[in-house]
Amino acid sequence: MIRFENVGLRYGLGPEVLRDLNFGINGHSFQFLTGPSGAGKTSLLRLMLLSLRPTRGLISMFDHDTATLSKDGRANLRRRIGIVFQDFRLLDHMSTYENVALPLRVLGKEESDYRAEVVELLQWVGLGERMGALPPVLSGGEKQRAAIARAVIARPQLLLADEPTGNVDPNLGQRLLRLFVELNKSGTAVVIATHDIALMDEYDARRLVLHEGRLHVYD
Amino acid sequence: MSMTEPVETMTEPWDAFDAAPSLVRTLPAAAPIVPKNSIAGRSLTVVVAIMTFLASLTTGVAMLVVSAASDWQSEVGREVTIQVRPAPGRNIDADVRAASEIARAAPGIAEVRAFTKEESARLVEPWLGAGLALDDLPIPRLIVVKLASGVRPDFTSLRQALATRVPTSTLDDHRRWIDRMRTMAGTAVIGCIAVLGLVLAVTVLSVTFATRGTMATNRPIVEVLHYVGATDGFVAGQFQRHFLLLGFRGGALGGGAAILMFGVVEAANSWLAGTAGGDQIAGLFGNLSIGVAGYLAIVLQIIFMALVTAFASRRTVNRTLETID
Repeated sequence: MIRFENVGLRYGLGPEVLRDLNFGINGHSFQFLTGPSGAGKTSLLRLMLLSLRPTRGLISMFDHDTATLSKDGRANLRRRIGIVFQDFRLLDHMSTYENVALPLRVLGKEESDYRAEVVELLQWVGLGERMGALPPVLSGGEKQRAAIARAVIARPQLLLADEPTGNVDPNLGQRLLRLFVELNKSGTAVVIATHDIALMDEYDARRLVLHEGRLHVYD
Repeated sequence: MSMTEPVETMTEPWDAFDAAPSLVRTLPAAAPIVPKNSIAGRSLTVVVAIMTFLASLTTGVAMLVVSAASDWQSEVGREVTIQVRPAPGRNIDADVRAASEIARAAPGIAEVRAFTKEESARLVEPWLGAGLALDDLPIPRLIVVKLASGVRPDFTSLRQALATRVPTSTLDDHRRWIDRMRTMAGTAVIGCIAVLGLVLAVTVLSVTFATRGTMATNRPIVEVLHYVGATDGFVAGQFQRHFLLLGFRGGALGGGAAILMFGVVEAANSWLAGTAGGDQIAGLFGNLSIGVAGYLAIVLQIIFMALVTAFASRRTVNRTLETID
């Protein structure tokens, strides 16, 4: 699904923050991406989301060399990836329902076509009663579940989550992890970036460990 | 899998939730992707409205000045004056009649009117006082000659004919006065166009900067749309449409106020017509109407402002997307 070959990344003229990355993400797989703060987890996720370009190396996604893709081609690949941000990034002027439905609107679907699907997903993540609520009145856990619902509503083949449990209590963190496991069971490959050791100990999965810009894979 | 409890057997607060079907039916209409009534958006509307009003005002005033300058020139240019001076041994009344006949006979003359003695007395009344006996003073007499429109009379022949039959007469075609007037009017027009150009430039710049400022508050929306797979064209289109409407609303407010103002001035001018003040204003500025062309120019400015706002938002979105990607 995704293949990194000798990928390096630097910001401007600074030092390389990621070096010689060689790894792959297979379909239906589940992995944690971990490492100390500042190790480059978010940068690596952004490379996988095609919102950053590597300074060297080859990134191949869904059988496409990303370096040769047009802007629209990159946007089209991005539609096959769901992303959950640590800070949720919900749009405050839109209801929970509208936030979750946003990727489908972007795809040009009619609301009548996706309404039932969005409602069903909101019920599944436990936000059925909060569909009309605006993000500022949602709790941290509700926001995180809404962000996860938005990330998976378009049935992505890959789900990236950046510190999804960073802003919630451990109990809710475990519940969210179960949600990711459920999504993985339904066929979505999952990459969870976290430095929460306890969370990783909850589930036996592949670990991608970033240390001093290099990636160590523990299958 | 080494979770402390199997996922299948765990119960979550949301597992038991059974959403009421009525919720589906009562969902509000989809909110626009770009929020309609933000504080920054309202501020931008006000900026566009004020700048469009100022630009429209400048355009209208420039058009009034251009029109008045053209009126002054054509009014003065349509008239020449024959001055008949008294001289010993000559009958000034006979000279005036003769000069009038020569003028009437010349081609391109529409009307000839010799000032009577009484009218001449009234002309010098402000300086010499009333009740003057003109016969006692060597005061020249004037003949006002109105020219036919579209025909340029042969002033050289007219001058020669007058010099032959009425040697005490002088033909004044106001050339020097018209040249001065033309220079003055030209300067006023160039000044107005320069001011209009500056105001339009300032308007475009301030609207562009205000749009960029408003766009800065929308950066999170651009980012989220980008991350959920929107193409650059989709994102730019959303903002362009929103800002086009916003710019049009501001432009219509400012331009509409300017149109209203010029309409009121035009109406007031027609109400004042015939009064001393009204005649003074009409003498200086004509009928104080910017005409259909003026109103059309303001409407075009409204559209222009909307386009500037939309274009600035599109450029800002594209620049934002470039920094994200």
